[in-house]
Amino acid sequence: MSTDEQKIRELAQKEYEHGFVTDIKADTLPPGLSEDVVRTISAKKNEPQWMLEWRLDAYQKWLKMSPPQWPHLHIPPIDYQAISYYSAPKQDNGPKSLDEVDPKLLETYDKLGIPLEEQKVLAGITDMAVDAVFDSISVKTTFTKQLKEAGIIFCSMSEAVHDYPELVKQYLGRVVPKTDNYYAALNCAVFTDGSFVYIPKNTRCPMELSTYFRINAKNTGQFERTLIIADEGSYVSYLEGCTAPIRDENQLHAAVVELVAMENAEIKYSTVQNWYPGDETGKGGIYNFVTKRAECYGNNSKVSWTQVETGSSITWKYPSCVLRGDNSVGEFYSVALSSLSQQADTGTKMIHLGKNTSSTIVSKGISAMRGQNAYRGLVQINKSAEKARNYTQCDSLLLGDTCGAHTFPYMEVKNPTAKVEHEATTSRIGEDQLFYCRQRGISEENAVSIIVNGFCKEVFKELPMEFAVEAQKLLSISLEGAVG
Amino acid sequence: MLEIKDLHVSVGGKEVLKGLNLSIGAGEVHAIMGPNGSGKSTLSYALSGREGYTVTSGNITYEGQNLLEMETDERACEGIFLAFQYPVEIPGVNSSYFLKAAVNAKRRYRGEPEMDAMEFIKLVKEKMRTVGMKQELLSRCVNEGFSGGEKKRNEIFQMAVLEPRLAILDETDSGLDIDALRVIAGGVNQLRSKERSMIVVTHYQRLLDYIQPDHVHVLADGTIIKSGSKKLAVELEEKGYGWLDKSA
Repeated sequence: MSTDEQKIRELAQKEYEHGFVTDIKADTLPPGLSEDVVRTISAKKNEPQWMLEWRLDAYQKWLKMSPPQWPHLHIPPIDYQAISYYSAPKQDNGPKSLDEVDPKLLETYDKLGIPLEEQKVLAGITDMAVDAVFDSISVKTTFTKQLKEAGIIFCSMSEAVHDYPELVKQYLGRVVPKTDNYYAALNCAVFTDGSFVYIPKNTRCPMELSTYFRINAKNTGQFERTLIIADEGSYVSYLEGCTAPIRDENQLHAAVVELVAMENAEIKYSTVQNWYPGDETGKGGIYNFVTKRAECYGNNSKVSWTQVETGSSITWKYPSCVLRGDNSVGEFYSVALSSLSQQADTGTKMIHLGKNTSSTIVSKGISAMRGQNAYRGLVQINKSAEKARNYTQCDSLLLGDTCGAHTFPYMEVKNPTAKVEHEATTSRIGEDQLFYCRQRGISEENAVSIIVNGFCKEVFKELPMEFAVEAQKLLSISLEGAVG
Repeated sequence: MLEIKDLHVSVGGKEVLKGLNLSIGAGEVHAIMGPNGSGKSTLSYALSGREGYTVTSGNITYEGQNLLEMETDERACEGIFLAFQYPVEIPGVNSSYFLKAAVNAKRRYRGEPEMDAMEFIKLVKEKMRTVGMKQELLSRCVNEGFSGGEKKRNEIFQMAVLEPRLAILDETDSGLDIDALRVIAGGVNQLRSKERSMIVVTHYQRLLDYIQPDHVHVLADGTIIKSGSKKLAVELEEKGYGWLDKSA
């Protein structure tokens, strides 16, 4: 048995292949949070006065707030004065072209398999425009020029504040208000970068847009902010990926993502989250406390969230949809894996306001080793939401007997014409299924991976092709050694 | 090729096989018959190495190797195949994907290069003809939504693809109507060869009308109480298992 345990430990440690550190000169603020720090961040980004005031207002509000106590998570106290709120690779005024980007940075993204060189993309290796966020700032956005010709704006949030202040002023904080929650308020005060997307009327974005987040510096937090606006009749598919080095200290990642879909618009938002999960004793790893919300503002609009969450030591995240427009559609497809000593409290909120609005929730939670996985979901059908419909399917899979799965579904129905369905299952990975696979010659590890991937199929099929392949691989790697 | 000596197997602390002896030569087909609860399925699982079927004493030699030292998947890669009495559903896992994983696991084990998609399709199409399997079933998830007959046919199809040296058919006839039985038995007969041994576990003689065994053994209360030729099965069908209890 002890050799088994050792094997598991070895596997658990070698697993995380993105755990390297890039040795790069950085401009990092000393740890600590104060009004001065907020001012410094704003000054470093050369922000207009209105932006600084917005931040300071958020900071004052945050001071009066406290972190949520309701999640099914054990979160050690976080010392907000021990975190550095800004770290940027050193370069003057940001790179104008790829040649000006530090080669070490390019190497980092190369290692991670993220193409920042447009030539590569043009050579047909992949069809994707990328915004790369390294610690606190966006280092490179590809294809901005080509996209601009279609009227599409895809740039870093810092650029957007300067170049498109009217759009930013109009939409920033509209879907997720400053006081929405403790972590969102903190993000409003100290957010450093992120991506900004605007798709004009009746435009179908010709390629996948993608942001790749990388935490590198030690003792820093990453607070990015993403805002996507899909104007009337437009469509965009957006992908998000995340990794971080292996470090013994916990690092905080508190992001805010806001999506706005106007009439007949559709946004598809996919995430593969693979932050460093910490080790099997729970040491190190990213605290992933993220607020993601979409507003289906116009009639017949649609937002679809797909997430594959395999990383982070603690995940607190509920990508949600406010279905304001009539006939609007919200979807949430999620795979969340908690292995090692990971904890996840994740799910969604579907707020039905418009008539004939419909929502679908498919959540697949997997718990292994000492992982704790909770699904938390709210389906709220308001008075105005005549004939609203929801379908929720919530499945949990347990591997071994030291992990846990929990389900917290909330339903508030205030309109009698609503139709709400909820299905939930919790099962152990079947001994009979494992035996069946192994009797056919498949090793136990591969058998587990095949069965778990099958369990997640409904979610994976919602992901864009290349992402689905990556997600499957990621899941298999994360599960290695989880069954002993 | 298979030598079972004084095999004792416990399930959940209860002894089910109590000193079973059986010797099978290459290319031979042996039928194991017996009443419910006699230990037929336990023998199938003990041979294939299912967890929870603990061998407390005795030994099994397979192709000159100590079978009891091998893991479940190792035994499969060494050529032991179990056609399940109740084939297991694996939701979300495509049948052909599953089978390709099995084929390549075996090839890796033997140090052979993995089969690519084109080769695999060719192999599968050929074997589908052998056992009369509908191609449509391959695009569905493993055994999910299959009828009883389809599940059993899928087992024989997998056997055809994986080409085992020792095939154990665990009550393959149960739950089949006579037409399905005939088709499946036809598939099994196609797979008989000089190199391939088979253990056909069954409750009824009916299956043995279609798959003619070289030897018939009667298992009762954890041991083989009588062995004989095909005639023994016919005799059993006429007189019932009770007849043997008296004569034993």
